[in-house]
Amino acid sequence: MVSGTAMEERLPARTEQVWAWLAEVPDPEIPAISVVDLGIVREVNWRQEAAGPVCEVVITPTYSGCPATEVIGASIEDALRGHGIDRVRLESRIAPAWTTDWISAEGQRKLLEYGIAPPARRADGRQVIDISGLRRGGDDEPAVACPNCGSLHTRVVSRFGSTPCKALYRCVECLEPFDYFKCH
Amino acid sequence: MLLDDKYTYLLRLGDNALVLSQRLSEWCGKGPAFEEDMALTNTALDLIGQARMWLSYAGEVEGRDRDEDQLAFRRDAHEFVNLLLVEQPNRDYATTIVRQFFFDVWHHLLLQALTRSADDRIADIAGKAIKEVGYHVRRSTDLVVRLGDGSDESRRRMQAAVDELWMYTGEMFAADETDELLAAQGLACDPSTLKEAWFAWVRDVFADATLTLPSAQWMQKGGKQGRHGEHLGFLLAELQFLQRAYPGAQW
Repeated sequence: MVSGTAMEERLPARTEQVWAWLAEVPDPEIPAISVVDLGIVREVNWRQEAAGPVCEVVITPTYSGCPATEVIGASIEDALRGHGIDRVRLESRIAPAWTTDWISAEGQRKLLEYGIAPPARRADGRQVIDISGLRRGGDDEPAVACPNCGSLHTRVVSRFGSTPCKALYRCVECLEPFDYFKCH
Repeated sequence: MLLDDKYTYLLRLGDNALVLSQRLSEWCGKGPAFEEDMALTNTALDLIGQARMWLSYAGEVEGRDRDEDQLAFRRDAHEFVNLLLVEQPNRDYATTIVRQFFFDVWHHLLLQALTRSADDRIADIAGKAIKEVGYHVRRSTDLVVRLGDGSDESRRRMQAAVDELWMYTGEMFAADETDELLAAQGLACDPSTLKEAWFAWVRDVFADATLTLPSAQWMQKGGKQGRHGEHLGFLLAELQFLQRAYPGAQW
């Protein structure tokens, strides 16, 4: 990694500036929220190579089969090229595994505004550890507030929704169906 | 030789996920309810993502320049080393759910063990996959109880599916030399160690579901060694059609 002011001056853009640009790259399936808000971008590093500096962006897939992952990579490259960074290298990293705990507070707010209930608690890796909590439909999701009317009187319709990261819920008060961003 | 065994072991993990994913995707657009259709295809998607990670790694370990696509699309049935359970046809919904339930419980236990692998890459992939498989187990457990303890018709179909698929469950716990070698190195787990926990889980869920555990002891085997029933060839014919007809096609 290259750091220090002298080196930064010779780079096409400062690291913080790259982060700011990436914060404007929307998630292809939930365009209200950016790939930075979702916690998909893990690192931005400048690498000094013979042909000049390369901007290395480390990303992590949300779900391993999520088809948006490839689109996200392409969107990031396009965005940075649009800002004059020609040499971009994407690195995909699966560990530590992506978790909804990495969604920023701003990201949670945007999800709610968009009509998607954000994760109702921290994941803290509990699914990995304990299978016994999964018994008999013993749902370890806490009450999810309806993004339309705010009621906690909601019910899960399906644990799988329109994308791998969401579950389908229905509000018992206002009767509206809605997406819930699963705690993962 | 250890590298060959490691390759085989990774291939088995990848083939299980790939073949079951293909089976589930046959339901796409035909699920008995909209929510079920989405759940089946989401599960298929998770599994195909996991298959890619295992097969990519298998290709690297093999060292013959084969990537995940070549391993998925350019091998014949006898080179596939998935469990016989996952290649069984969908038949009715009961069969699909029981097959999934038997696999999910085993899969979750296996991945849990693999998160402790001495091989970082195996541990990383397992750590990623197990979060997804947690949803799979939860869903299939739920459905086994709802359909088993459901109507007379749903119960009858579920019991028939259990009786039919039971002989494919033994293979999940039968360790061969490859399993033993990798387990001894701390890279993988001996699958026979998963049996007790799997059995306890299935027995408890069946009690809730009013289903009877079959007493039959005789078990099928051979999938892990590349000996398959007639169904796998048909599945691969569809899965591999494009790359067989137009080798190397890209879009």
